[in-house]
Amino acid sequence: MDLKVDSLSHRYGEMPVLEDIDLHIESGQIVCVIGPSGCGKSTLLRLIGGLERPTAGRVLQLGDPPDGCLNPLTYIFQDFALLPWRTVRGNISLVLEDHGFRGRRADAIIDDVLARTKLSDFKAAYPRQLSGGMKQRVAIARALAVKPAVFLMDEPLSALDSQTRELLMDDLIGLWLRETFTAVYVTHNLNEAVRLGHKIVVLSRRPGRIREIVDIDTPLGTREIGDPALRDRQQHLWNLMREEALAADRELADA
Amino acid sequence: MPDTSATQPEETSGADSRTSNPPGPPGEVLRPVPFRGGGFAPRRIGVVGWILFTVILLLWELGSRTGVISQLTLPAPSEALTAFADLVRSGLLWRHLEASLSRLLVGWFFGALLGITVGFAIGLFSLARAGMVPLVAAIFPIPKIALLPLFIVWFGIGEESKVAVILFGTFFPTVISTYGGVDNVDRSLIRMGQSFGLRRFSIIWKIILPGALPAILSGMRISASIAIILLVAAEMIGAEFGIGAYVMQAGNLMATDQLVAGVAVLSVFGLTVSWLIGRAERYLLRWRS
Ligand SMILES: Nc1ncnc2c1ncn2[C@@H]1O[C@H](COP(=O)(O)OP(=O)(O)O)[C@@H](O)[C@H]1O
Ligand SMILES: [Mg+2]
Repeated sequence: MDLKVDSLSHRYGEMPVLEDIDLHIESGQIVCVIGPSGCGKSTLLRLIGGLERPTAGRVLQLGDPPDGCLNPLTYIFQDFALLPWRTVRGNISLVLEDHGFRGRRADAIIDDVLARTKLSDFKAAYPRQLSGGMKQRVAIARALAVKPAVFLMDEPLSALDSQTRELLMDDLIGLWLRETFTAVYVTHNLNEAVRLGHKIVVLSRRPGRIREIVDIDTPLGTREIGDPALRDRQQHLWNLMREEALAADRELADA
Repeated sequence: MPDTSATQPEETSGADSRTSNPPGPPGEVLRPVPFRGGGFAPRRIGVVGWILFTVILLLWELGSRTGVISQLTLPAPSEALTAFADLVRSGLLWRHLEASLSRLLVGWFFGALLGITVGFAIGLFSLARAGMVPLVAAIFPIPKIALLPLFIVWFGIGEESKVAVILFGTFFPTVISTYGGVDNVDRSLIRMGQSFGLRRFSIIWKIILPGALPAILSGMRISASIAIILLVAAEMIGAEFGIGAYVMQAGNLMATDQLVAGVAVLSVFGLTVSWLIGRAERYLLRWRS
């Protein structure tokens, strides 16, 4: 299933946040969205997932979600959004219960996604017992459990320290290599974008408009940390972002 | 290493007295950084309460025996104990307890149930909030016992009017703590529930209710105390049986030993309820610790 964002605009009251966004999210690709803070990245993701209604334009699904898909558009949040009163197992079963998966059928799915995220030993742990990286793994497992057509990730690694971030990036790449998935991945971290993105959408400062879409052709599995081609891409993205970030920073300081 | 010289003026804490420390530039005084952390973390010390309680009782008994506390002012704890033993032997204790407990449980249960329901309605629906919040604010501060005569007119002199006072009195604090708890549930969790396509009922039952539970339970603590106060007040005004009635009769006869025995039973009531809620909290909120 593809997604098509069709001349999407959004404003909060008088303040325009997004202007005329056109975007094609192709099945099997990771689309990274970068831009200075406050430019409307999270808003764009909420509009794409149907958590908010756009002021103008629309988001379209092309084709049907894959078989067995329980929740086509599934979020992974920056703050993990785990229920503190449920164990790891309970947090995953939460999203299955309403679809009629209980008992043994739920356990089969839960065991599978926990194994894929290397969490099998933490089934009975409560979120407060887990480190940040573990919590985000649980959130990823929970998202995998509903077999989404498109993952919507809002800065999923931004709350983590840089070593944990590297480990989780490797995990995400591993998951994608084993079974390709589609994702819109919002980040402000250029390194994450060039490591994970097939396509990188650069937004301008608020109101967010698409400044440029950068394709990265190097296959995900062969992207090395020191790869000169990737370094060039990252430098190019930083040149695009630099003045926007600087200007956005000034705006906030004035407000 | 405890270093007493840290508190001394610096002239006396010569550098030669701490030759084991890493040497600084000559002539500079080396001092450990003063400790400024700690505190603000009360621990559970179980025995202290019991010891204090026993000491007070012993002093009281001693005061009564030596005549420092006159018999007319306050009976000795041992006399109150005798009065209590009489109450047990006569079999009247159980009748009083039964009457009081049934009023308390029925009034408190339905008051809390209705309060939680209305509190949820206020927390979830704009219309309920707009209508109920000012109403609750207007009625909450009224001492409910002042309404007992009105309830007697409406429901008669029997059990109903007493239960109604307790129900009414526990309803309002429960409403306030419940909707406060619902308001404080992390919105990002609700957003998460919606993003996974959970049904509205599931979001309320699995996300909002557990999220509001800490506030609801601490509201229960308050409403339980209110319920006991109202119970006694209502029984004092008009009841044949009940701990409040027993205390009232004792007061009328100037039987201070019985009065103290009755008051002690009420105190045990309060302690039991508080203990039960503590247990419920520890079980229901075990994910927090
Ligand atoms: N619900 C809202 N109501 C009003 N303003 C909002 C709301 N959500 C976001 N904004 C504003 O919209 C702008 C874009 O926000 P956001 O999408 O969170 O940016 P980003 O994720 O790129 O940092 C910010 O200025 C923010 O203050
Ligand atoms: Mg954001």
